[in-house]
Parts: sequence; C-alpha cells; structure tokens
Amino acid sequence: MRKYLRLVAIQLRISVASAMAYRANFLIEGVMAAAWLGLTLLPLIVLYGARTEVNGWDLPSALVVMAYFTGLRAVLEGVISPSLVDLVERIRNGSFDYVLLKPVDAQAMVSASRYEPWKAFDLVGAIALLVYAFHRRGVAPSAAEIALGAGLFVVGALAMYALWIVCAAASFWVGRLDNLMYLLGAIFDTGRWPVMVLPGAWRFIFTFVIPIAVMTTFPAMALLGTLDGTAALATIAGTCALLVVSRWVWRAAIRNYTSASS
Amino acid sequence: MTKRSSTLSRTVRALPTLLRVGVAETVAYRAEFIVWILTTTQPLIMMSLWTSVAHGGSFKGYDADAFIAYYLATLLVRQLTGNWVAWQMMEEIRMGTMAMRLLRPIHPFVTYMASHLAALPFRSIIAAPLVVILLITSASGGITHDAVQLSVLPLAIAMAWLITFAILFAIGALAFFLTQTTAISTLYFGLFSLFSGYLLPLDLLPAPIAKVAAVLPFRFTLAMPVELITHTLPHAQLAHLLAAQAAWTAGLVAFAVWIWNAGVRRFEAVGT
Repeated sequence: MRKYLRLVAIQLRISVASAMAYRANFLIEGVMAAAWLGLTLLPLIVLYGARTEVNGWDLPSALVVMAYFTGLRAVLEGVISPSLVDLVERIRNGSFDYVLLKPVDAQAMVSASRYEPWKAFDLVGAIALLVYAFHRRGVAPSAAEIALGAGLFVVGALAMYALWIVCAAASFWVGRLDNLMYLLGAIFDTGRWPVMVLPGAWRFIFTFVIPIAVMTTFPAMALLGTLDGTAALATIAGTCALLVVSRWVWRAAIRNYTSASS
Repeated sequence: MTKRSSTLSRTVRALPTLLRVGVAETVAYRAEFIVWILTTTQPLIMMSLWTSVAHGGSFKGYDADAFIAYYLATLLVRQLTGNWVAWQMMEEIRMGTMAMRLLRPIHPFVTYMASHLAALPFRSIIAAPLVVILLITSASGGITHDAVQLSVLPLAIAMAWLITFAILFAIGALAFFLTQTTAISTLYFGLFSLFSGYLLPLDLLPAPIAKVAAVLPFRFTLAMPVELITHTLPHAQLAHLLAAQAAWTAGLVAFAVWIWNAGVRRFEAVGT
C-alpha cells in the first residue's frame, strides 16, 4: 500500500512540474475556473429569478447540488480524465507495454498517471458555493450530515471513476476513444441539476442506467439532510457494484490486449 | 496568368477530390463520428428541464411548446454547423503530421474546410428526423410560416457554418504559438454556449449579458438561424441581420487565414 502512495506522490510531482512548463495555459485556467463557475450558475440564476421552487427544489438546495457537481468535475478533469486520455495515447503508440511490465497493478498505475493541479481551484469554488448555499438556507448541516455528505462525495467520485474505467477499457478494443470520453463528459454535465427537476424518463435513466444522480443529487441530499437511509445504502451498494464490474471489464480488456508495437 | 489566379483555379480543380476524400474519411471513422454527434445532445436535456419548469406556467413568455421548438431548432442548427477542426489541427500540429499538409499547394483553410463540408451529408441524416419532429410538434405555432424567411434560412445556416469554422480554425492555428490550446478551446465553448443561445434563449439572459451577446459574433452561429425558424421577423430586420452576419463571416474568415499565415512562419522556425 505504501508503495502505491509513494507512486502517486511521484506522479503528482511530475505533473506539477510539467504543468509549470506551460505557464500561459496556467494563467488562462485560473481565470477560467472562476468564469466557468459563473457560467454553470447562470441557468440556475435565470431559473430561480422567476421561480421560488421547481419540483420541490429551491435555490439553496439546487446550489448544493451544483457545488457537488463542481467538486466532482474538478476530480474528473483534474485526475480521472487526464490519466485516461494518457492511457488511450499509450495504447495507440504501444508504450502501454512498459506499464504492463512494471511490478505494480496496471489499473492503479494508469488511474493516477497524470494530474491537472490547477483544477484545485474548482474545488475551492465548490466549497465557497456550499458555504454560500447554507448561508442562504439559514440552517447549518449537523455533524452527522456533514460526515455522510463528505462520505458520499467520495462514493460519487468512485462511481464516476468506475464509469470512466469501463470507457477506457473499451479503448483496448477500439484503439482510440477520446470521443467516448467527451460523450461521457457531456452526459455527466446533466449532474449539475437535481435529478428530480427533470421529467420522469430522464430521472429513471440518470438514476439507474447512467447513475449521474448517485454522483451529485444523492450526496447533496445527504448534506441537506433529506436523503433517507435506504437511498444512502443503495448509493453505496450501487457504487460497489459499479467498481466490481469496472474491475472485471478492465481485467477482461487486459487479457484481450495485443499491443500496438508488435 | 498571374500567380493568384492560378492558385485559385488549382484550388477549384482540387475541390471535388478533396470532398471525395472527406466523405471517405467520414465513412472510415463512422463510429467516432456518431459519438461526436451524440455529444451535441445537451439541448435535449435543457429542453426537458425547461419544459418541466414551464409546466407550472409560462416562463418569461416561453411556454412548454416554445421551449420545445427553440431547443429542437438549436439542436438542428448545431448539428448542421458544428465541427471539430480546432481539435484536429492541434493534434496534427502536436504530432508533426501538419508538415504533410503544408506540402500541398492548396491553402489548408480550404483543405480542412472540404473535409468538414464532406461530413455535412452524414450530419443531414441525423438532422432530418429532427426536422420531422420539429414540424410535427411545432408546425401549428412554434415555427414561422413566412416564405421569404424560410428561403433565406439555408443562407443563414451556411454563414453560421462558415463563422463557426473560421473561429475554430483560428483557435486551431493558435497551437502554432502556444503548443497546448485545449484551455482556449474550452474557453471558446464556454463563451459559445453562453452567448450563442446554446444554453438558454438569449432573451432569457440577464440584461447585461444579453447586451454583450448582441455585439459578439456568437449569436450569428446559432441564435440567429434558430430565430429565423422560431420567430417571424419583419423583413427590414431580416435584411439587417443577414447583412451583419455576412460582415462577421467575411471578417472572421480573413482573421482566421491571417492567424494561420502568421503561425505557419513560426512553425517553420520550430521545425528546422
């Protein structure tokens, strides 16, 4: 385990160093984190400018969902996406062979191979949004709600990771699949809305087929204190199932892998 | 014969071949193509969200049917005008395969344009059912019946296509200067989704943002053709909009070619 932690630390250091090499991008990304947050908030502002609540969701509770979405997107764009884009690139040019030769688990090696350190700004934005939302709500969450909310954030991030690993595994068969990542990203974008605001068919799809609700709406409800025990357990159980499936798909993909270099 | 006119005739002669190559490319990468098209389905989500909001009473003048017409039209225009030339160019500049393209005696603006134009028939296959759904759901009131307006719609969509292409081509050419321009293309998409009406109809935006949107080119890439479908405009205003769109088209194409020409000189410096 300590071996893996050291590995992650080393890879993080490399990413920071290489990010420093592109300083122009760095500055742009900083400004963009703020601008992006504003852009994500705009439809909410427009919507709640003329309505006090939609299907039982008022502005502060919708803002909490938005904060979870922003936080998860930081994890997605800061860790998961860069690593997997890197993986697809390695499969294409054959250097993935070297990863398989290393004496550590390939999935662990691949999952944390590259970071975008600047995305930490989005996390700060997410926390600021949470604070503001609860300030407007007037009621602070209890310690238990904070614990469950934080725990389910991690669970949501794991569910997202599992989905993306399945997608990356597909690239073993198809060769290149950065487009599928874009698609998954576009679908994930729906997570900014509380799933209950959407019409019934979408609600079903985003809860059970592509579990976006598990990643943002349910954890937000936990923090708001409106998530019942069964739903919390179902969220955790569903994520565990996703992780098992993704591991299984990954293993199948590795077995099927026939190197681009030979 | 002057040099310029021979370049032009060469380009015209090469165009059919370039288009054929483009069609072949699209067919070869059909899986990727379909996935890329599916990423533009965000308007569907926005449509269902806003119709569910509008069921509780009309929202600032938009009832559920108006939202359906607006977002279906958005999806349609976006389907016909979208392209990914910036990403393609960044990849080619980074990987060095751009050098091959520079060897050809035709300006890359034309070669890229031909390859993306060739995707249009395939995009139309996706767009056709959208038109049918739009006609079924909104023919009674959500869309215009004005013949003049409908007859200039293809022109407006063609110019929207060219503006989008020119902007993305310019962004792609920035990779000559910055080597990593993914941040800029993300920024572009942010500005686009806000100021073009992709996210929300422009008249629902807060007043200060709507004012900014009015002076930027983005609305001519999407909101304006969409408005031509969903609203019936006075003919004077129609002419005014088309003139403004034509001006933006000319300006942005010139700008894109200029950025490219400036960038290529740097590329040569890096390559040797």
